[in-house]
Order: sequence, then structure tokens, then C-alpha cells
Amino acid sequence: MRREIPLIITFVCGITMIIQFFIPHWPFSDVKSYFQHTYMIIAAFAMILGICNLTRLHIFKIRDRRENWGYSIVLLVGLAIMAIPGLFQGIHEGTMFEFLFKNAHVPMNSTMFSLLAFFVASASYRAFRARTFDAALLLIAGFAVMLGRAPIGDTLTSFMPEGWQMSDLANWIMAFPNTAGQRAIMMGSGLGIVATSLRVILGIERSYLGGE
Amino acid sequence: MAPEMRVSIVERLRNIDRRVIFVLVAAAVIIPLLHPLGLPLKSSPPSSSLYREIENLGPGSVVLMAFDYDPATDVELGPMSLALLKHCFSRGHKVVSLALWPMGASLARASFAQTAEEFGAKYGVDYVNLGFKAGGIVVIDSLGKSIHESFPKDVDGTPLEELPLMRNINSYADIDFVLGLSAGDPGLPFWIMIAQGRYGKKVGGGCTAVSAPMLYPYYPNQLLGLLGGMKGAAEYELLIEAKGSATKGMDAQSIAHALIVLFVIIGNLFYFMGRSREKRGGQI
Repeated sequence: MRREIPLIITFVCGITMIIQFFIPHWPFSDVKSYFQHTYMIIAAFAMILGICNLTRLHIFKIRDRRENWGYSIVLLVGLAIMAIPGLFQGIHEGTMFEFLFKNAHVPMNSTMFSLLAFFVASASYRAFRARTFDAALLLIAGFAVMLGRAPIGDTLTSFMPEGWQMSDLANWIMAFPNTAGQRAIMMGSGLGIVATSLRVILGIERSYLGGE
Repeated sequence: MAPEMRVSIVERLRNIDRRVIFVLVAAAVIIPLLHPLGLPLKSSPPSSSLYREIENLGPGSVVLMAFDYDPATDVELGPMSLALLKHCFSRGHKVVSLALWPMGASLARASFAQTAEEFGAKYGVDYVNLGFKAGGIVVIDSLGKSIHESFPKDVDGTPLEELPLMRNINSYADIDFVLGLSAGDPGLPFWIMIAQGRYGKKVGGGCTAVSAPMLYPYYPNQLLGLLGGMKGAAEYELLIEAKGSATKGMDAQSIAHALIVLFVIIGNLFYFMGRSREKRGGQI
């Protein structure tokens, strides 16, 4: 029964959601609404579960003195510093949470993301190689989009007539070759999602249940 | 120059210390920020299209604005939110914000704080921040039935019935335009799929530069306009004639992009020099 009950729940929920898409009337409209609220409640609890799991993992890491356990202390202290004021004072303007969010979380998070620029630059020097014709084509398209998506592209090609400058070339690449490729990928992945969903609903695909 | 010495120089340049590259990137970003070059900027068709759509909405139109991003991408999406809010408030539109990302609600609050006062917009009357709700695409779909059921209270815990703006807004039927600012999943593609595809709402928005190519297939039929990355934000600032941080960042982005292109060219040059030597049977 440990496997049968989740399979039945999945089948009933999946089929109901498919039916309500085609028949958006009572009783399916109400059932859909009920499922949606259930999902949102589960999603909120999943966040709490995630925080509990993260805390447990890092407490064990510190207890066992595993590699880089010092970072786990930083993580737990950071979690507590942000969570405690938020839980007791709320997150509205003028609270400690808001102060920490604006003055610590935002700049630190932005800094982490900005570091990507340095790694991209280093990788561009060492790894982006025109080893094949396809790779060369990709690099040339990349050059055009990178320069065209910044004002310097048009400055470098200002001698060209309007409509033929670097930003125009970048817009053309984005609107035509890129869109064609992306649509093909989207259609392929869409069909894959439909196939996988049907396998899950019909109980053919059971890996999400865990275990063997 | 002796061939051995040439080999040595090529070898050394191929394996250049990454810290040298880091210093060059830092200089390419910092110097143009301190001494702007004022490179000319022009708007792209997706940005102009979004501007026209917002411009053509009648005064008092309700715009639902989703802050689906976190502080990591605030540098790109924050200026977009400011430019879009300025445009909405200047046209007399009402703005209802929500977030499918936990940090989005606080970022929305910061954006409102920077723009509302300038246009005399009042909380609860001209704009409302509904806050964050977990559930992604399901939340988007649930708004088609009732916003009040999905968000009974705003970000500060005030019941929606107490906010004058929300008394007449209960579902997509009361929304004129959906603006999604998205850094990933859940984000703009879901708004297009549900709000546009299922409820027929007009949808436009902005995203990070890296995710812009994925959204182009929806433009211009399902997605009426798109701001891609900081360039998109700068273009919108240009269109509303209110230069902000995105415009200031354009010079730095220009030089950084040019530097990366230069790195790729130099890296390939050394790669081919090394390969031709290998073919000739010599040392790299």
C-alpha cells in the first residue's frame, strides 16, 4: 500500500487537472481551486521543511567536524540573524529584517552574482575555442550579440548605414536564428514534458516515489 | 628573436595568471563608471514595443507587476522595475505587485519607495504590494479565479478589503496589463503561458540578459514587449527620458563586453599558433 496510495493520488490529481482544462465548469472548477490551494500550502510547508533540513545537515556537519565545517557555522549564524528579526518583528519597513536585507543581503547577493563576470572573462580566454566550423559560427554570433547588446557595438559600426549596424545584426540574430532554434527546443521539450507527465500519471514512471 | 624565446612568450601568454585577467575586467568596469564615455544608445524593437503598450493604456488602467527575482539579479532587473514604475505612475496607471520569489516582495517595496513619492502615488490607492506566495505557476493560475483568495492580505498583513485599490480588483478580468520581471523559474514564461495563453491578458516584461534568448519565441504575439538585461533597462530609461543606473552602467558593460571579445580573439590566436607548431612537430 505504501506505493499504491501515492500512485492513486497522482492518477486522480493528474486526470482531474487534465479534465478541468477542457471542462472549466463545476464540479471540476471547484476541484481545481481546491487542488491549487492545497498545492500552495504544501509549497509553503516545503520551504519550512527545506530550512529544517538545511539546519539539520549543517548541525551534523559541525558536530562531526567534516571538511569546511566552519562555513556551516557562518551559514547557521546568517540564517538566524535574518530569520529571528523577521519572525519577531516582521519584514515591514523600519524593521531589523528590512535593514539587514537592504544593507547586507542585497549587496552580498549582488557581489556573488557579479563575480561571474570575472570567471566568464577567464573562461573566454582559456576555453572558448573555434575548434570546428560550428564552434567558429557560434563564436562569431556570440561576438555580434555581445557587442550589439551594448552601445559600443553601434559606436564601432557607426560608419555603416542605419539598419546595418551591430545592434541591428544582434537584433536579427535574436529574432530569427535564435527564435527558430529556441522554438525547436521548446517544442521538443514540450512533447517530452507531455510524455513524462503521462508516464507519471499512469504510474509507468515511478522514480519520484523514491526507493528501488 | 630566437624561436625558443617566441615559444616561451606564446606559452606564457597562453597560461597567463587568471589574476591578470581579473584585474583587467575590474578596470574595464570601474574606470567607465568613474569616467563615463557617454556612448550613444538606441532602443531595440522589443523595448520600444513595451513602451508603446504601457503608453497606450488608458489612465487608471491596472497593471499587475510580478517581482520574480532576488537581489543577485537586482542590478539588471531593479533599474527596469524603477523605469516601468515611473512610466506607469506618470501615466496614472494603478500598480498591483506580487512576488513568486521570496525576496521579490522586499525588492518591490524598495522600488515603490524610490518612485511613488516623485509622482504622488499613495499606497493602497495607486499601488499595492501583495507580497510573496509560494507555488509558482499555480499561484499565477489561481489569480484567474480570485486574487483575494490567493492573497487575503498585503505584504504588511493589511486585509485587501481595507485597501481602496483592491476593492474593485479581484481577478485577471480586472487587470489591464501584466508585467513580469523575471530572473528564472518561476517567471515570465509562466505568466505568458497562463495569464496570456489561458486568460488572454496582455503580457510584457523584462528578464536577465542570459534568459532573453529563451523569451524571444513569444515576442511579439504572446509577449508584447521585452526588456533584456541592463541594456533593456537603459533603453527603457531612454524611452521615458529618465536616465538612471542602467544608463550609467552601459559604458562599463560596453567595455567589459569588448574586453571579453578581445580575450576570446587572443585566446584563439594563441590556440592556433600552438596548433600549427604542433603540426610542424615543434614545441608549443
